[in-house]
Amino acid sequence: MSDLKSLRGSAAIAGVATFGCGEAPGYTDMELLANAARAAVADAGLKMSDIDGLCTASGGATMWAMPVVEYLGIRPSYIDSTMIGGSSFIAHLLPAMQALQSGQCKAVLVCYGSAQRSATFGRREVVASRRFLDPQPYETPYEPMQPLSAYALAASRHMHQYGTTRRQLAEVAVAARAWAQRNPEAFMREPLSIDDVLGARMVSDPLTVRDSCLVTDGGGAYVLVRAERARDLPQTPVYVLGNGTAVWNRQISSMHDLTVTAARDSGRAAFAMAGLSPKDIDVVQLYDAFTINVLLFLEDLGFCAKGEGGAFVEGGAIGPGGRLPVNTNGGGLSCVHPGMYGIFALIEAVRQLRGDGGERQVAGVKTALAHGNGGTLSSQSTAVLGVAETL
Amino acid sequence: MNSPLPLDPQGGVLARHQAALNEGRFLIQRCSGCGRAVYFPRELCPHCGHGELAWAQPKGTGTVYAVTTVRRKPDAGGDCNVSLIELDEGVRLMSRVEGLPSTEVRIGQRVKARVVQQGGQGLVVFDLAGVGAQS
Repeated sequence: MSDLKSLRGSAAIAGVATFGCGEAPGYTDMELLANAARAAVADAGLKMSDIDGLCTASGGATMWAMPVVEYLGIRPSYIDSTMIGGSSFIAHLLPAMQALQSGQCKAVLVCYGSAQRSATFGRREVVASRRFLDPQPYETPYEPMQPLSAYALAASRHMHQYGTTRRQLAEVAVAARAWAQRNPEAFMREPLSIDDVLGARMVSDPLTVRDSCLVTDGGGAYVLVRAERARDLPQTPVYVLGNGTAVWNRQISSMHDLTVTAARDSGRAAFAMAGLSPKDIDVVQLYDAFTINVLLFLEDLGFCAKGEGGAFVEGGAIGPGGRLPVNTNGGGLSCVHPGMYGIFALIEAVRQLRGDGGERQVAGVKTALAHGNGGTLSSQSTAVLGVAETL
Repeated sequence: MNSPLPLDPQGGVLARHQAALNEGRFLIQRCSGCGRAVYFPRELCPHCGHGELAWAQPKGTGTVYAVTTVRRKPDAGGDCNVSLIELDEGVRLMSRVEGLPSTEVRIGQRVKARVVQQGGQGLVVFDLAGVGAQS
């Protein structure tokens, strides 16, 4: 990773935006994406004609970059449509930094939109079509409710091996809701207690519906430029200090150890590039598709030892006022989850670093970590971000 | 001049594995290069990259590694056990444990494989070892 250190802080996120988070009836994936993209470019103080790099991915369309190029009316010299699930938009960072550094492009737009909650061809239909388009012939005949059952299996193993409890898992959902109550953009803001989670409808043991992310609509986008250019743009630059991506498996049955994810590698790479460690991080945004994710990633990224994630989150420790602010927007559990959440984790990290968090703003944030997960604990990408004084 | 690599007339390993299951035989692979067991079936060894994997009949015994119960309404098929089983050969697969309520399946229980025919296709399921199962 030592040669990647030369890229540390070489690029900065100059603009971010979300659009239509929650319910956006009557909108298409592309329309949500386009509105987020337009707003992010404007936030960066740029025009769409300034965009000459594009990163995007879709849960449905396999050639998604082409209709996005066409819709936005751009002519990018750099295109990355790598699709590794919900971590894609964090994994897009490092290649984009290299493209900016080489001069292949000058302004990269990373964008996503999904109307999976409201669309007629929504989550149910996408899951059904994946049986044919993305077959998993050694798992599908056993009728797991994917992706949920894969995470449930991982949770069962973590509970068996480390004594993790359903109450500890519930702590994650309750903390997310407490943050969401401070975020006007969050989809679910009514009070949620540990007992509410424990008593919620069981979907795939040990995970209840309240251990599971939302199904919402939403679009998100951000703009990445070289650091020196970001300093001339209107927003406080948020520098990319490190990024790492790792994939070890696709199917949960092929995962080497259900209690250890590839976040161990992605986190190690991102921290090495940044020259930082977990103790240096002020706010943490983790892809919380299910409550177990947060425990696994806190452990694998080094915020606590393996097996201690459950104890780490007890007593509201990751909620407002806790020892480590995690998922300050309310996360995929309570804020927004339109199929692939990674870009929203990154956007929230940027908002915290810019001091734009409103009622949920954590004081004095100088560094942030955003972590994306894809598939069924299959792909992991970690970004370490910081303000100017961390350079 | 390149001569093309030979095809197996019975198709790829997925088709051959399924054909065996359809005849009631559960097969895994063993790598001719590194000697390690491989499952799910592959055209090359995921451990060493070797291209020759021999079919092997596993002992059929293993241990429940992880477990969940998919909660479904009765008209959707009712509750369904989904487990990850670690075979004694060291490979893991998704399956289900039959013969007891799903919520009574526990990590660490010893199980034994059985091939059933489901929807015209052979499928590996497991029973608790030594409990009413033919061995």
